[in-house]
Amino acid sequence: MKAQEIIRSIEAEQLKSDLPTIHVGDTVRVGVRISEGGKERVQPYEGTVIAMRNGGINETITVRRIFQGVGVERVFLLHSPRIASIKVLRRGKARRAKLYYLRDRVGKATRLKQRFDRPLE
Amino acid sequence: MSVGILGTKLGMTQIFDEESGVAIPVTVVQAGPCVITQIKTKETDGYASIQVGYGEVAAKALNKPKLGHLAKAGAPPLRHLEEYHTSSSDQFELGQQIKVDAFEAGQLVDVVGTSIGRGFAGYQKRHNFKRGPMAHGSKNHRLPGSTGAGTTPGRVYPGKRMAGRMGNVQVTIRKLTVVKVDSDRDLILIKGAVPGKPGALLNIKPAKTIGKKKG
Repeated sequence: MKAQEIIRSIEAEQLKSDLPTIHVGDTVRVGVRISEGGKERVQPYEGTVIAMRNGGINETITVRRIFQGVGVERVFLLHSPRIASIKVLRRGKARRAKLYYLRDRVGKATRLKQRFDRPLE
Repeated sequence: MSVGILGTKLGMTQIFDEESGVAIPVTVVQAGPCVITQIKTKETDGYASIQVGYGEVAAKALNKPKLGHLAKAGAPPLRHLEEYHTSSSDQFELGQQIKVDAFEAGQLVDVVGTSIGRGFAGYQKRHNFKRGPMAHGSKNHRLPGSTGAGTTPGRVYPGKRMAGRMGNVQVTIRKLTVVKVDSDRDLILIKGAVPGKPGALLNIKPAKTIGKKKG
């Protein structure tokens, strides 16, 4: 086997097969595994996907939400075991690949139109 | 005083730690199987060591003295030979194979390789000099500045850092952790980066302990 094939096969063992199709603009709920004081629990985090980075095992999404009046963006490594679950709650309509313009908007202007042509699953 | 293994760097990726879920950057190395081609003993050579070979090639790629040396051990034509000092060479025999299962996950290793050659590199790349101002009429962008005083001493001191060949030298990265060993495909996954590009020859050996052990 060639070098790239071997590396791909090592990565393939780590990839998750049950990830939903996520698009930029979607609203998702991500279950994040958190361990505090020796205990492990799953903490949900909900927000809009404003960026995606495809990179095989290094695939990430950036999820933005407004929390107590402060914008919070978290980058999730999709294939990481720390991500317990991902659920698409709403399909949004976006005309560009990166929705960084949402950072400059507040309130009603941050809404995205819902699109119905893509199934949630 | 322990035996290592020779291998080829294949590239880097990341794997997830099973307990904490942390992504660990790893270098994938295809190592071995290495054949023992010569055993040196205290009586015959004055010191004890074993010589191993790696990298099978066509017989026409080697000259007759090398082929004859390898034929003595019953080894196929091999490109690379490397010697490892041992405390005693009794437990080894000619033609014995050293495989990746000599290593285990969690073990510390030293990796020796040749760094990527950068050719004739300037001051900034080679010695991390600061650059000159880029604007306001400055014509000094990547120049070295002063290389010393004037008439006294009237020369540049030896060892003054200057432009020149960079890289392509032997580099040892010490105390890297073995993350995983795959003996079916002769693979070792080592945490972190190692010298050279993919395809480079690497020498992996158990970490050398320097100083006294605590406790």
